[in-house]
Amino acid sequence: MSELKMEKKHFLSGDEAVAYAVKLCKPDVIAAYPITPQTVIVEKISEFVAAKEMDCQYLHVESEHSAMAASMGASLMGSRTFTATSSQGLLYMCEMLHYVSGSRFPIVMVNANRTVAAPWNIYGDHRDSLSQRDSGWIQIYVENAQEALDATIQAYKIAENSCVSLPVMVNLDGFVLTHTYELVDIPNQEMVDEFLPSFTTTNKLDFNNPKSLCFSASPEWQTEFRYQQYEAMEAAKKIINKADEEFGKIFGRYYGGMIEEYRCADADYALVAMGSVAGTTRLVVDKLREEGKKVGLVKLRSYRPFPKEYFQKLGRRVKAVGVIDRDISFGYEGAVYSDVKGALFHPGAQVKTINFIAGLSGRDITKEYLTEMYQKLEAIDKGQNIAEVQFTGLRWT
Amino acid sequence: MIEIRWHGRGGHGGFTAARLLGLAASVYGGNYSQAFPSFGPERRGAPVLGFTRIDIEQINDHSQVYNCDYVIVLDETLLDTVDVTKGIKEEGILLINSAKSSEQFNFPNNIKIRTFNATKTALEVLGVPITNTVMLGAVVAITGVVKLEAVKSAIDEFMAPELRDKNKKAVEVAYNSIKGVN
Repeated sequence: MSELKMEKKHFLSGDEAVAYAVKLCKPDVIAAYPITPQTVIVEKISEFVAAKEMDCQYLHVESEHSAMAASMGASLMGSRTFTATSSQGLLYMCEMLHYVSGSRFPIVMVNANRTVAAPWNIYGDHRDSLSQRDSGWIQIYVENAQEALDATIQAYKIAENSCVSLPVMVNLDGFVLTHTYELVDIPNQEMVDEFLPSFTTTNKLDFNNPKSLCFSASPEWQTEFRYQQYEAMEAAKKIINKADEEFGKIFGRYYGGMIEEYRCADADYALVAMGSVAGTTRLVVDKLREEGKKVGLVKLRSYRPFPKEYFQKLGRRVKAVGVIDRDISFGYEGAVYSDVKGALFHPGAQVKTINFIAGLSGRDITKEYLTEMYQKLEAIDKGQNIAEVQFTGLRWT
Repeated sequence: MIEIRWHGRGGHGGFTAARLLGLAASVYGGNYSQAFPSFGPERRGAPVLGFTRIDIEQINDHSQVYNCDYVIVLDETLLDTVDVTKGIKEEGILLINSAKSSEQFNFPNNIKIRTFNATKTALEVLGVPITNTVMLGAVVAITGVVKLEAVKSAIDEFMAPELRDKNKKAVEVAYNSIKGVN
């Protein structure tokens, strides 16, 4: 990166980093409703607005359902919008998530990943966002505060691309990222403006070009609407990668788009991880590599759209794949695991797989746990019988 | 990587100290750092934790801190209920805010202990028994993980204007006091 492009470094929490990203993206409308561990995002934005550092409509809505409804109303008028939520709040806006994606409004929302009740708990896992898998939202997961900032800026670029025109949910782990302070580069405004021009759309109410939006569709047409959503999600795969490349060219930071591989080129055993645990896994990979183990990490950034094509190829390259799920789909297995497995077992693949359920409701995923996961992958490859779904660190077995 | 755990009670500013140290070490010290509180609801007076990680390389570890190079105790009464020695590394140091000398404490495993009467210094300099920045000064003097000037810059960036001068003084008094006896 050239001297000219050096950005000022700040010591920010993940929530604060998101707030700075939002400020740089210059949304017209923000709908704010607080919920732990997201609250700092909308608080910090309200400070920016109060200090006139942001020029936007800041709406204090009465619920998350209203937050998403208000965002949709604003987007319907052609406004760039932002909102943030978490856990029960995300569930409460569930109905509106479908309205927004089906109406193709490119709203960006940050979800601070937190488990869902009961048992009630404010700590992090992915059960909130993964439960909204089929809401038609693009879902991106980030590893640290810097990526939270950068992915939020990228999210607008992806959402507002005319081939996509879908809402994007950026997910950052509750507390582990939202409340941890790290060194973060805040890009300068001119560079963000270069990357992200102001929002223009034809998908809005316009006196000069009257049309209906958010209407009902009869059985004769509903399938075609769904097909277009499907196509838009498929198109988003390329756009997510392209947005990351363009971002990297301007800001010097690349994240790999849909996925990032870490030391996978010659790996026998790969762990698939989403969110902050990807960082900790890097350390474990480095340590095991020093011991001669051929291990690697696949950091899954985009859960929807899902990089099926990547995993189809991975299944032919490695001997065993473990998937860390910070969730569980009761009656089956971890949700991410199902998707990865479905793609891995493309014809020709001989790969073995294990699902590691870990980090539920804020339970720490330690380096020791991650080391054990790699050991289990090696063991299953060597013929040991290991139950497919493993609850990591369970108090009893 | 250096890992530091701060023990305080809700309202003592233990996490503020953890964060000031992280800010000083990174933005003003040229290192990478992380600072985080014990996650969850905060209650005034309840035992709480703060953590600071400092490294010359980017810190990718997002698991919790289990082994500490330094443990800082802002309130001596915590020793009755909390095992502050947990996870201290062999060469680690336990720094306690206390009027007692380190010899008057008796912990197993020959843990290296330092004490500093931060409450006395806080009352003299700040006029209130808030010991977080005083203890921060002591940490800087004992550990050398950051320069005193970096901590002062962090206070200038982080604290409200009316608090800056007296807290910088608090840090400096503690620092000089410890450096003087070394």
